[in-house]
Amino acid sequence: MKPENRHLQTISELPPASLLEVRNLRKHYVTPASMFGKPGRVVQAVEDVSFSLARGETLSLVGESGCGKTTTGKSVLRLIEPTSGSIRMEGEELQALSAKQMRLRRQDMQIIFQDPYASLNPRMRAGDIVAEPMRNFRAQNRARTESETDKLAWLFSKVGLRPEAMNKYAYEFSGGQRQRLGIARALSLNPKLIVCDEPVSALDVSVQAQVINLLMDLQQEFGIAYLFVAHDLAVVRHISHRVAVMYLGKIVELTDRDTLFSRPQHPYTQILLSAVPQPNPKVKATRQILRGDPPSPANPPSGCRFHTRCPRAQAICKEKDPELSARADGHWVACHLQ
Amino acid sequence: MPARIHPSAHMPEPSSDQAPLLEIDQLSTYFDTISGTVRSVNGVSYTLHAGETLGVVGESGCGKSVTALSVMRLIPMPPGRFAGGAIRYNGVDLLKLSEKEMRKIRGNRISMIFQDPMSSLNPVMTIGVQIAETIMLHQKLRKKEALLRATDMLRLVQIAEPERRVNEYPHQLSGGMRQRVMIALALACNPEVLIADEPTTALDVTIQAQIIELLKELQKKLGMGVIMITHDLGVVAETCDRVVVMYAGRKVEEATTETLFEQPLHPYTRALMASMPAMNATVEGRLLEIPGMVAASHELIGGCAFAGRCSYAVERCKQETPPLMEAGNARHLVACFRWQDVGQQTAPMALAAPSVSLQYDFTGVRS
Repeated sequence: MKPENRHLQTISELPPASLLEVRNLRKHYVTPASMFGKPGRVVQAVEDVSFSLARGETLSLVGESGCGKTTTGKSVLRLIEPTSGSIRMEGEELQALSAKQMRLRRQDMQIIFQDPYASLNPRMRAGDIVAEPMRNFRAQNRARTESETDKLAWLFSKVGLRPEAMNKYAYEFSGGQRQRLGIARALSLNPKLIVCDEPVSALDVSVQAQVINLLMDLQQEFGIAYLFVAHDLAVVRHISHRVAVMYLGKIVELTDRDTLFSRPQHPYTQILLSAVPQPNPKVKATRQILRGDPPSPANPPSGCRFHTRCPRAQAICKEKDPELSARADGHWVACHLQ
Repeated sequence: MPARIHPSAHMPEPSSDQAPLLEIDQLSTYFDTISGTVRSVNGVSYTLHAGETLGVVGESGCGKSVTALSVMRLIPMPPGRFAGGAIRYNGVDLLKLSEKEMRKIRGNRISMIFQDPMSSLNPVMTIGVQIAETIMLHQKLRKKEALLRATDMLRLVQIAEPERRVNEYPHQLSGGMRQRVMIALALACNPEVLIADEPTTALDVTIQAQIIELLKELQKKLGMGVIMITHDLGVVAETCDRVVVMYAGRKVEEATTETLFEQPLHPYTRALMASMPAMNATVEGRLLEIPGMVAASHELIGGCAFAGRCSYAVERCKQETPPLMEAGNARHLVACFRWQDVGQQTAPMALAAPSVSLQYDFTGVRS
């Protein structure tokens, strides 16, 4: 492995005025040792990931399934405990907080989940689902107070639901409406950061547009930062300010949205973007098809993790892991050849 | 409720005058539930020719999958029932066949690929045996020969080391490989019709590109007719010759792929296109929303099912169900009273941000 500080040097050049700073985040899972004493394997789900997020900004994490994007998102909230690395929220090191302190800190950091069916309690009324975070952070008085009802009505109207819907159960809502409930719940504590874990991938196209618009409107109004985990590149292109592309647990390219989609540098980014089918029958796809499947993160390739599938791989790629370094202003690429 | 049907509800055949391979004719598939009859498919017609790929597009619940399952006769009955229409395969009405006769066609002449390959494969059988089972049933081969053929099929769908993979179980394969196995299974008996129900929806975009390429290649090689059911207009643009757009159990528009993207005439088709981020007018700004939701089917008494969400709707749309009408030429059908007015507006495609930025120059790239 390369020296620890190399990465820090490059990343420390980032502007310090950000809301969230993630440095050298790692999450390793160890599979149990076998019955016959063979030691367990270490799965490197997230390996040395660093990024920052400014107030009111949307940073998307994209990549294929298993690339570690969701693990990264959840690690930021410490819903998954990272193996190592630093997560600073407004300068405060979250890793140093006790469970109790962390719980309080999460008032500023909320999450919206992918599956609007599994993430809402079927036995609670919609109003209680949305109010639960507020009640969790109020010392006494768990019942519905008057000011809470006002706030709930306001939240419901903000996300485009009728306040009367408060008394309904989750099953009475459609998929899009459930996702609105999830957004209202995340919004209820006036968070500064929301981790959006594939918030629209379970929705139909027309409903997806409603939810994307809602997320963008809320960001405009309240200046919330989104860490947006998604695999749909068209959605990412629409909603993001900056995009980080991940492959096998590492960030391979990180830059602003327009640069990424018009001048991607990393071969993996180029192939990933070209794989998206274009809704225009006249455009004949110039496409590089990636053969095979991604290698297992339990046994990542030596050197550059992409070299086994990379059309441009050279000898050096097999031996040396390229570091994520700046190519132009704010354009970070981890590739020997670019 | 097959209301007024325009004579052109049946798509005239394309320039070749060969008879269609599959002809769905005014099919109605209803489900009787406690809260009333759900008209999942309500008088839908379309045809498929050999060597052609037909796209069927729509959102969840529009009846696109139920139509396909009706063709396969895989609708559970009850609660489902065929309320009318016919499905003719080479002139034979599949709805009139006995289960025994249907079994000779299903999986043999007409096959289907499902969205989720994991739940469609048997977890306790090797993939070789699963493919061989189909071959033994339909082609009366012995197990040994069938297994050899299964290996050939795995090779056909470009699975590396087919001799080894043939003895593996589904859990040992990746998602993309499982979908290849599903394709091998569907093609094992060399069918004339392949129905692909969201074949790439569960897959990553890089794997989706592989599967789409494989399907296109196999179709060229084997010449079957393919029905591609999807909600992804990008997949449609890349793979289909013609497209049927469905909404709330009805066909609302049908056209060749180029016409549909260039000059969509149904307000729903347009709204669907405009709400896709990739096709949105500008990268900045808001996406077009389709207000509201699909009306529940028992609420649809009369009138156009889309009227409640449609910006073009007039009083007539709420009273009368618009029949399919020829728009300009016989190969473009649209079920909208106001298609001429819709056609006056610029199509979403023309407004779309140039997609060239997503095209890369791969020169200098070794393949």
